[in-house]
Amino acid sequence: MKYELQPALPPPSSMIGVVGWLRKHLFNGPINSIATIVVGYFLISLLVPTVQWIFIDSDWVGDSRDACTSGGACWVFIANRLDQFLYGFYPEAEHWRVQLAFIILIGSIIWLVLPQTPKKGLVAALLLVVYPIIAFFLLYGNAFGLVQVETHLWGGLSLTLVLAVVGIVASLPLGIVLALGRQSEMPIVRSVCVTFIEIWRGVPLITVLFMASVMLPLFFPEGMSFDKLLRALIGITLFQSAYMAEVIRGGLQAIPRGQYEAADALGLGYWQKMILIIMPQALKLMIPGIVNTFIALFKDTSLVLIIGLFDVLAIGQAANQDPKWIGYSTESYLFVALLFWVFCFSMSRYSQHLEKKLHTGHGNRA
Amino acid sequence: MSSDMSNSSHKPDDGSEPKNGPPSNQPKFWNDPKKRSLLFQVILLAALGFVFYTIIDNTLTNLEQRGITTGFDFLTREAGFGIAMSLIDYTEASSYGMTFIVGLLNTILIAVMGIIAATILGFILGVARLSDNWLIAKFSALYIEVFRNIPLLLQIFFWYYAVLRTLPHPRQSIEFFGSFINNRGFIFPAPVPEDGFGVVLFGLLAAIIVSWLIARWANKRQELTGQQFPVYLTALGLIVGVPLLLFLLSGMPLGLDHPELKGFNFKGGITVIPELIALWLALSIYTAAFIAETVRAGILAVSHGQTEAATALGMSKAKTLRFIVIPQALRVVIPPLTSQYLNLTKNSSLATAIGYPDLVNVFAGTTLNQTGQAIEVIAMTMAVYLTLSLLTSLFMNWYNARIQLSER
Repeated sequence: MKYELQPALPPPSSMIGVVGWLRKHLFNGPINSIATIVVGYFLISLLVPTVQWIFIDSDWVGDSRDACTSGGACWVFIANRLDQFLYGFYPEAEHWRVQLAFIILIGSIIWLVLPQTPKKGLVAALLLVVYPIIAFFLLYGNAFGLVQVETHLWGGLSLTLVLAVVGIVASLPLGIVLALGRQSEMPIVRSVCVTFIEIWRGVPLITVLFMASVMLPLFFPEGMSFDKLLRALIGITLFQSAYMAEVIRGGLQAIPRGQYEAADALGLGYWQKMILIIMPQALKLMIPGIVNTFIALFKDTSLVLIIGLFDVLAIGQAANQDPKWIGYSTESYLFVALLFWVFCFSMSRYSQHLEKKLHTGHGNRA
Repeated sequence: MSSDMSNSSHKPDDGSEPKNGPPSNQPKFWNDPKKRSLLFQVILLAALGFVFYTIIDNTLTNLEQRGITTGFDFLTREAGFGIAMSLIDYTEASSYGMTFIVGLLNTILIAVMGIIAATILGFILGVARLSDNWLIAKFSALYIEVFRNIPLLLQIFFWYYAVLRTLPHPRQSIEFFGSFINNRGFIFPAPVPEDGFGVVLFGLLAAIIVSWLIARWANKRQELTGQQFPVYLTALGLIVGVPLLLFLLSGMPLGLDHPELKGFNFKGGITVIPELIALWLALSIYTAAFIAETVRAGILAVSHGQTEAATALGMSKAKTLRFIVIPQALRVVIPPLTSQYLNLTKNSSLATAIGYPDLVNVFAGTTLNQTGQAIEVIAMTMAVYLTLSLLTSLFMNWYNARIQLSER
C-alpha cells in the first residue's frame, strides 16, 4: 500500500492576486479601510488637477506669452529662458566651454561610480587635483587662446554646480586637517580645531555669506579686492570644512581601536599610521557621509542669491520679475525645484546604496 | 556625530625615554614626541597670533580710511526706520539696540512656531511611513522624498511669491468666521479681556497645579500598590473644564475686536503678515520631512523582540506603543531631533530673503547698512546663534548622560 500526499489546495482567491494584495495592504480592518479611502480621495483630488495642469492643459511650444492659451502651465516661459537657467549670462558662443567642463566632470564621476572600472584611485586623484585647474581655465579663460569670461556673467545651474563642487573639493583637505587636529593629543591644536569647527557649525550659512561679502574686504590690505564669487566660495569652504571635519571624524572613530594599536605595535609613525592604515579604511566609510554633506551643500548654494550671485534659483527669481512674463512664477519655481530634486534625490539614493554595500565592514560600530 | 568623543580613539607612543638607558641614547629633540608636539603648538600659536594681528591691523586701517567708527555706541543711537512686525513697542525713534531685541524676538517667535508645527507633522509622517497601510506609507515616503530634496529657500519663495502674494487684494478678501485672508496676510479678531477675565486665568492656573499634584500622587500610589489612576483624563477634564465653567459663570468676560475694512486696508483685529506665514509653512514642511526620518529611525531601532515580548504579555497595540516602543524610541530620537530644532532656528535666518523682520533681516540687514559697523553687527548676530547652539549641545550632553544611566 502506498500513501501519497495530496497536493496542497490553492489559497482562497481572496488571499492572492490583486484582491489579496488589496486586502492585505489597504483594507485589513475597518480603521485601515477608512484611512485608505480618506487618503486616497485626498490624493486623487490633489493629483488629478496637478497632473492636468502640468501635462495636459499646458503649452510647450511658442516664443511669447501669447502661446499660453490653454489655461494650464506655461512651459513656453521656461523653454524660452532655458539657456539662462543653465548658463546664466555666459556668452552664448562660449557655452561649449561650460558643457565640456561638465562632461569631463560627469564622465569621471560615472567612472568612479561604476563598479567594474579599473584605476579608480588614479581617476579620483586626477579629479580632485588636476580637474579644478582645467575647469578654472575652461570657465574663466584668459589663457590658451580662450576669451576671458568675468565671473559676474556666470550663473544658472552651472554656477550652482561650480559653487557646490568647489565647496566640497576645497573643504575636503581642510576638513581632514581639522578632524585629525580634533583628535590630536596636543591640547592647543585640539582646542583650536574644536573652536573652529563649533563656531562654523553654530552659525547659519547666511551670516557666513554676509560676513564673507561685507567683512572679508576689511580684513585685507587696501587695494586688495576680491571677486564676489571668490568671496562667496571662501565663505562656503570655511563653513563646509567644519561639517566635513565632523563627517571625517565619524569615519575615523568607526575604525576599531585595534587598528590604531596594531599600527603602533608595528612601529609606524603618526603620518604612516594615518596614511597607510587608518585613512584608506576610514575613507571608505566616509563616502556616504560626504555625499550627504554634498547634498546639503548643493541645496544651500541657493543662498548665494542673497549676496547677489545669480545661481539657478536667482535666475528663476529674475525671470519672474520680467514684465513680459508676469504671473508664471509657479512654473519657474517648479522647474528649479525639479532640477534640484533630480540631483539631490539621485545622490541620496546612491549614498543609501553605498551605505548598504559598505555595511559589511567592521561589525563593531557601536 | 554629536558630542565630544575626541580622545577616545588612540593613544600614540607616549614618548617616555627608557629610564635606565645610557645618556648617548637620548633622542634628538625633533625625534622626541613631547618636545616636538610642544614645538608644533608654539608654531601654531605664533601663526594664529600673526594672522589675527594682521587681520585686526588691516581692519582698523581700513575702517579708519572709510571713516567708520568702532565700538558699541551705535546701539543707543536712534534707528529711524520702521519694522513691519514687532512683538514689543517699537517706533522709528527707538534705538539700534531695540532693533536687535525686536529682531531677536521675531526670530524666537518663528523658531518656536516652526518647531511646534514641524514636530507634530514630522511625528505623524514618521509613524505613517511605517504604517502597514500601503497607501499611507507610500504617501508619507513621497512627501519626505519630495520636500527633503528641494532647497528651503525655494520653498519659502514658492509659498511667498507664488501662493500668498497671488491672493486677492484686501477688498476681495476671502472671509470666514470673521477672519480674512488676502495678500496683506491673515487677519482675525483679537480677543479683548474684560473685567472678571482674571478669574478664568486664575482657574486655569489652579487646574494646572491641581493636575500636577494629582499626577504626583497617582505616580506614588502606583509605585506602592500597583493601582492605576486615569491621570490624563482627569487632568484634561480639570484644565479644560474649570476655566470653561468659570468663564460661563462670570458671564463670558471676553470681547472680540473685529477687523473692519477701512479704505484699502483692515483696521483692528490681529494681522499675521504673509512673510511670517510663508516662512512658517516652508520651515515646518521642510523640517517635518527630516524629523519624520528621525522618528522612523528611532522606531526601527527598537528591537522587534521588545514588541513581541509585549504582545506575549498580552498588551494591546496601543499600550505596547505607549509603554514599550515610544520610551525606547525617544532615546534614539531626541538627540537628532534637537539638532533638527537647531537647524530650523538657523534656517529661520532665510527670512531675510522675503523680508520677514528677523534678527538677520533687521539687525544684520538694515542696521548694518545704516551704521556701516559690519564687525560689531555680524559679531553680535553670530553670537546669538552660537549661544543657541551651545545651549542646545549642553542640553544634548546632559540628556545623553541622563538616558545612558537607564540603559541596560
